[in-house]
Amino acid sequence: MLQKIYDWVDERLDITPLWRDVADHEVPEHVNPAHHFSAFVYCFGGLTFFITVIQILSGMFLTMYYVPDIVNAWESVYYLQNEVAFGVIVRGMHHWGASLVIVMMFLHTLRVFFQGAYKKPRELNWVVGVLIFFVMLGLGFTGYLLPWDMKALFATKVGIEIAMTIPVVGPIAKTFLAGGEIIGAQTLTRFFAIHVFFLPAALLGLMGAHFLMIRKQGISGPL
Amino acid sequence: MHRGKGMKFVGDSRVPAERKPNIPKDYSEFPGKTEAFWPNFLLKEWMVGAVFLIGYLILTIVHESPLEKKADPTDAGYIPLPDWYFLFLYQLLKYKYAAGDYVLIGTVIIPGLAFGALMLAPFLDKGLERRPSKRPIATGLMLLGLISVTYLTWESVVTHDWEKAKTQGKIVDVSFDENDPGYKIYQKQSCVGCHGNTLSGGASGPSLIGTGLKPEEIMKIAKEGKPPGMPPNAFKGSDDELKQLAEFISKLEQK
Repeated sequence: MLQKIYDWVDERLDITPLWRDVADHEVPEHVNPAHHFSAFVYCFGGLTFFITVIQILSGMFLTMYYVPDIVNAWESVYYLQNEVAFGVIVRGMHHWGASLVIVMMFLHTLRVFFQGAYKKPRELNWVVGVLIFFVMLGLGFTGYLLPWDMKALFATKVGIEIAMTIPVVGPIAKTFLAGGEIIGAQTLTRFFAIHVFFLPAALLGLMGAHFLMIRKQGISGPL
Repeated sequence: MHRGKGMKFVGDSRVPAERKPNIPKDYSEFPGKTEAFWPNFLLKEWMVGAVFLIGYLILTIVHESPLEKKADPTDAGYIPLPDWYFLFLYQLLKYKYAAGDYVLIGTVIIPGLAFGALMLAPFLDKGLERRPSKRPIATGLMLLGLISVTYLTWESVVTHDWEKAKTQGKIVDVSFDENDPGYKIYQKQSCVGCHGNTLSGGASGPSLIGTGLKPEEIMKIAKEGKPPGMPPNAFKGSDDELKQLAEFISKLEQK
C-alpha cells in the first residue's frame, strides 16, 4: 500500500533522485562512535540541531497561551506554569533547552576549531556557523524578556544600556529594540516579534546553508 | 543525466517517464568501515538522541523553570542579572579599564576583537596543518579566550549576592480580605505609597507580611517611626483606626 502511494507520487514527481540525495551520504568510520568511542565529539552538532527542533516545537506550544503585552504577559506565563496541563514541562523544556543549545553549540564550535576543520575549503561554513551562534545568542537575549518578570525587565534594561554605549549603532539599536525611550509595552511586542519571527527565520536560512555546505563538501577527514 | 532525443515524459510534464531504481549506494568500495546515513547511522543517532532526551527531561522535571514576580519598573533596588551565558560580558564591564571613560574597551573593542577573530578564524589561520599542536597561535588564542570567559563567568557568579537575589524577585503569594476595615484604612493612609498595594513592600518600604509584630508594636512604629526609612507621625487618623490597622497588619502571614 505504502509502496503503491510512493510509486504513484514518484511517477508524477520523480522524487526518487531527491530522496536518494537525502538518504545516500556516507558516514565515514572516523566520525562513527560505534567504531571509535572518541568520535562522540561529532555528536554535538547533531544534538544542537535536535535541541533546536525541540525549541521550535515547545515554542509553538508556548505561543498558544503566551500573550505579548505588559498587562497579561506575566499572568499568562504564571497560568501556563501553574494551571495548564503539562505547561510546566513545556515551559521547562523551552527554558532549559535555551541553555543546553548554547552548551552544545559551544562544544560543537570547539570541536571544529581544535580539529582545524574550518580550513580550506570549509571557510564559508565556519562563517555561517558563527552567524548561527550570534543568532542563538540573540534568541536567548530576546527570549529572556518575554516572561515579563523582574529579572527579565532589569536584565533587558542593562543589556540595552550596554548597547547604548556603542557609538552610532547603539542609539539606532536601542530605537529598534525598545521602540522608544523606555523599556515598556513597545519593547515587549518587539522582542516577541524578533524572538518568534525574525530570528527563527534567519536561523532556519542559516542552518539550511550550513547543512547544504556540509553535504556538498562532506565531513572533514580524520586528523 | 539522460538527455537528448528519445526521452519520454509523463503526460505533458517535464518529469521523465523512465523510473530510476530506489536502492542505496554501495558503500563497500568506500575506505574503512563507512556506512550509509539512512538508515544505519540515523538509527544510532536516534539512540543517542533518546538518551540525551531522557537527561533533558529529568533536568526539566527536577528544576522547575524560574519565574519571578511581575516586572515592576519602579523597584530601583533590584540587582539585575543576565542569563548565565552573558555573564562574562557583564562582568567585563565591572573592571576599571572596561568601564566609565573606558567603557568602549569593554563594550566594543574587546568583544569586537574576540568575536571578529572567531568569525574570521579560517582567514587568519590559513596554514594547511590541522592538528592543534601544529598551530600553536590559533590554539593558544582559543585557550586564552576559553580561560578568560571561564574566569569572568566564575567571578561574576561568586560576586553576585545570591541571598538577596533569591528574595528580591520572589512571588509574594498572600491572600487577605480586601474588604477588611484594616485594609481600607491602610489604603487611605500614606502607608500604601511605600509598602505597596499588596503590602509586599517596594523600593522605599519593606514588606509588611509576616512581620511577627504585635499590634501594640505596629502602633508604636506607625506613630514614632522607625529609622532610617519610616518617618514618625506617618499615621494620620483616630486611635480606633490605628488599632484596627495594626491588628490587620499583625495578622498577615505568608503562605
